[in-house]
Amino acid sequence: MIEGAIWRRWVFFYFPLTGFIVALLFPFYWMLVTAVRPDSELYRPWNAPNYTPFWTLNPTLEHIRDLLTETLFSTWMFNTMLISIAATAISLFCGLLAGYALSRLKFPFAGSLGTMIFITYLVPQTLLFIPLADIIRNFRLGDSPWALILTYPTFLIPFVTWLMMGYFKSIPKELEECARIDGATRWKAMVYIIFPIAVPGILSAGIFAFTLSWNEFIYALVFLSSPEQKTVPVGVTSELVRGDVFYWGELMAGALLGSIPVAFVYSFFVEHYVASMTGSVKG
Amino acid sequence: MAQVVIRSLNKKFDEVHAVKDVNLGIRDKEFVVLVGPSGCGKTTTLRMVAGLESITSGRILIDDKIINALPPMDRDIAMVFQNYALYPHMSVYDNMAFGLKMRKFDRADIAKRVQDAAEILGIQQLLARKPRQLSGGQRQRVALGRAIVRHPQVFLFDEPLSNLDAKLRVQMRVELKKLHDRLGTTAIYVTHDQVEAMTLGDRVVVMKDGLVQQVGEPLELYNEPANLFVAGFLGSPAMNFATVRVSGSDGALWVENEGLRIKPPSEPAGRLGRFVNQEVTLGVRPEDLHVASAADPTELGFDAAVEVVEKLGSEILLDVAVGPHTMVASVDPGIRVNVHDRLRLALNPERLHFFDARSEAVI
Amino acid sequence: MTFTYAAATPYAGTPRRGPLTRLLEDERWLAVALLLPTVALLGLFIAYPFVKGVELSVTDAKVGVPGHFVGLQNFEQVWNDGIFRVAVWNTCVYTVVTTIFKLALGLWLALLLNNNFKGKAFTRAFILLPFIIPTVLSTLAWKWMFDPTFSVINWLLFQLGIIRSRINWLGDPNLALISVIIVNVWRGVPFYAISLLAGLQTISPELHEAAAIDGARAWQRFRHVTWPLLLPVTLVIVLFSVIQTFADFQLVYVLTGGGPANATQLFATYAYQIGIGTGLLSQGATISLAVFPVLLLVVIVQLLYIRRVETH
Repeated sequence: MIEGAIWRRWVFFYFPLTGFIVALLFPFYWMLVTAVRPDSELYRPWNAPNYTPFWTLNPTLEHIRDLLTETLFSTWMFNTMLISIAATAISLFCGLLAGYALSRLKFPFAGSLGTMIFITYLVPQTLLFIPLADIIRNFRLGDSPWALILTYPTFLIPFVTWLMMGYFKSIPKELEECARIDGATRWKAMVYIIFPIAVPGILSAGIFAFTLSWNEFIYALVFLSSPEQKTVPVGVTSELVRGDVFYWGELMAGALLGSIPVAFVYSFFVEHYVASMTGSVKG
Repeated sequence: MAQVVIRSLNKKFDEVHAVKDVNLGIRDKEFVVLVGPSGCGKTTTLRMVAGLESITSGRILIDDKIINALPPMDRDIAMVFQNYALYPHMSVYDNMAFGLKMRKFDRADIAKRVQDAAEILGIQQLLARKPRQLSGGQRQRVALGRAIVRHPQVFLFDEPLSNLDAKLRVQMRVELKKLHDRLGTTAIYVTHDQVEAMTLGDRVVVMKDGLVQQVGEPLELYNEPANLFVAGFLGSPAMNFATVRVSGSDGALWVENEGLRIKPPSEPAGRLGRFVNQEVTLGVRPEDLHVASAADPTELGFDAAVEVVEKLGSEILLDVAVGPHTMVASVDPGIRVNVHDRLRLALNPERLHFFDARSEAVI
Repeated sequence: MTFTYAAATPYAGTPRRGPLTRLLEDERWLAVALLLPTVALLGLFIAYPFVKGVELSVTDAKVGVPGHFVGLQNFEQVWNDGIFRVAVWNTCVYTVVTTIFKLALGLWLALLLNNNFKGKAFTRAFILLPFIIPTVLSTLAWKWMFDPTFSVINWLLFQLGIIRSRINWLGDPNLALISVIIVNVWRGVPFYAISLLAGLQTISPELHEAAAIDGARAWQRFRHVTWPLLLPVTLVIVLFSVIQTFADFQLVYVLTGGGPANATQLFATYAYQIGIGTGLLSQGATISLAVFPVLLLVVIVQLLYIRRVETH
């Protein structure tokens, strides 16, 4: 803690900290307020008198209702859930196996392969989206969730692999050796002994992967065209604008509801999330 | 019937030749201890028998069957690790049952075997617990139990007592011996502790730098070490060594250095004949030195100045200066000795050892 | 008690193992099997598109029209494109400015969070929200906050007497880039802060205490004790953030779409506009590849750094 006079603590600590918290969280508050503010209050110019922007005395659920009944929002939610869960599952599967191989088996080119996988993590989606769009079309995967379920792992797997490698390294190798002497094949030793011990790591990786999938935008934008196939980020930004008019009530309601699953998952697993995020940086 | 034969075994890690041409025959039901300092190759040898390290050259046979190419799971062996290697996410029962499950035993069979083993080791009440809830000694027993339930042909032990505190170690040593008497399974035990080697082994294999120094029963190695290393490794306090010159005078053979002049009895003197005017190493154990009385012949004793007196109760250890060298003598606890005393020590002529100064082999 | 021990049973003999089991017992083959799914997926959806992207950039393909080899024509065209040059400039400014601010503010926040106070865990959890919540959704909120007619920020500044007339955050070409930078910094600060916080927590407090006893004041302690020990973690974070920011798309797409008048046009948004918007695939691919040199640089620096850490 900052030693010294109380005023120092206020000036150098509480004040800036509060400033940060307010600045970082205000947009979400704004999202919330707008989503429940009736249209009549919503569209008042910024310099109109009697403007109480920070709260509303007549909260309404009409935006949320309209969102759910008049748009394809629930379909988008379902799509995004499906895609995120499936992509996470695939990445966990691949990442677990790859992480195990790279951290606990000796074979030629292990180092180079590990480096290559790490490099693919750095390749941004915006570099690949144009040729990938072509490839997706050639594989007839366009405009279907499979386009995303198969391409999301490209940025999820390297991360999961990396994270699991760090985790596996902390498990003593005698456990596997003992299992193999006990009668397990290498495969069984991996599945029955190592993986169960690594469950916390698997959880962290899975949660992080889930939130990353939910956040992805450009692939979803480019590979999906029909409104029923869209994910929440794409749907909200494209379908809730009619002509040039932005329906801010619905938009904010959509933004709010679209954020809830991620925030929900995150809230249960904050420690795991932070662990995986910082683990990837420190590792 | 589980005899283990190791023939011309070699192991190279890149450039390091860790195990050099080891030959060993272990009889059925025998308890063999591989002992030596760190890096001597004992653990590597054990791991090759287990199948955890690949074999560079040579053969390992169990019951006349070459097992070089068999994976560990098919060798019908069990291993107890230094760190116990208990599966942390499983209960004690599941830890012990794991090997049997892998071999597709049915549940009733598994239950019986686990119960039996648990009773032998006195851990029945721990079966539902997880490893992290157990003490070191309890974990060690569970590790043993896990090995026992499988009724393997060979037990392998990799320094299993090293992680226990001194008192527990002594206790477990006794229990291991009893267990072996009871079960009678062939066992290969690796340790760096020479006390464990002497007390547990039917035969002891002393290794150094990848080579086998000597193989034999514990007392055989103790009383008739084949080289300087074995002589100095077994026994505590260690054997005293002194570089002496062999000289012939008055028609008799003497060995001497700045601190002593000894006339060895006829038996070793005969063997020392060809080393006249050369240097050899004399070895004598602390317990083979005693405070000289009038009855001890002068040619078998020497003068010494007492530097440190360690009273252990069962014996007194004297660190003495013999000329420019020091030696340790273990004498009768009743003797009254003080630091800086000068006294005369006599050696037991039956228990003198001489070693070639260059090759370190016994003469 | 009686213990029946079957020591007398003859050696049971090796169980018969199928060829697959035997194969997978070999370390090398097992590694192949385990790495196959990953290598296949990454090969198919990263390596292959990358090669295809390079291929596209040297043809004149358009949507629905296969292309012919045209050499470096696209690169020439793109380089001479005024808008592309604006995009280069914008992307560089965007990356450099946001990184500096994210690092500075993130570090400050990390130092603040490194103290013990009530509700620390709670605060830490909430602070990460801008990073957790899907970018486009939070960016939409900012878009609303920046709306020329209804901006709450404008309202606040007006109430505080700081401005008299409205600020057109996203519509004024001189301001648009700044607005976009603000949102990017807002989004990135939590990531920097939490990662740097983790790094700070590995620095033993005894080092600070020793320095304080030696007479160092807060700033000196930071400069000589904290900063050098934090450097490795900082490097990793910055490198990762730079490549992500350089290739950023979502933020600008939602806020301005690249406008007004290309004031906020970045590589990614321009590539999208050309490649997907107007269907000039090969040119779009060429623009996308502009990110590659920076990626290469970052990768090389990372690898060198890892090598240095590993040989330490």
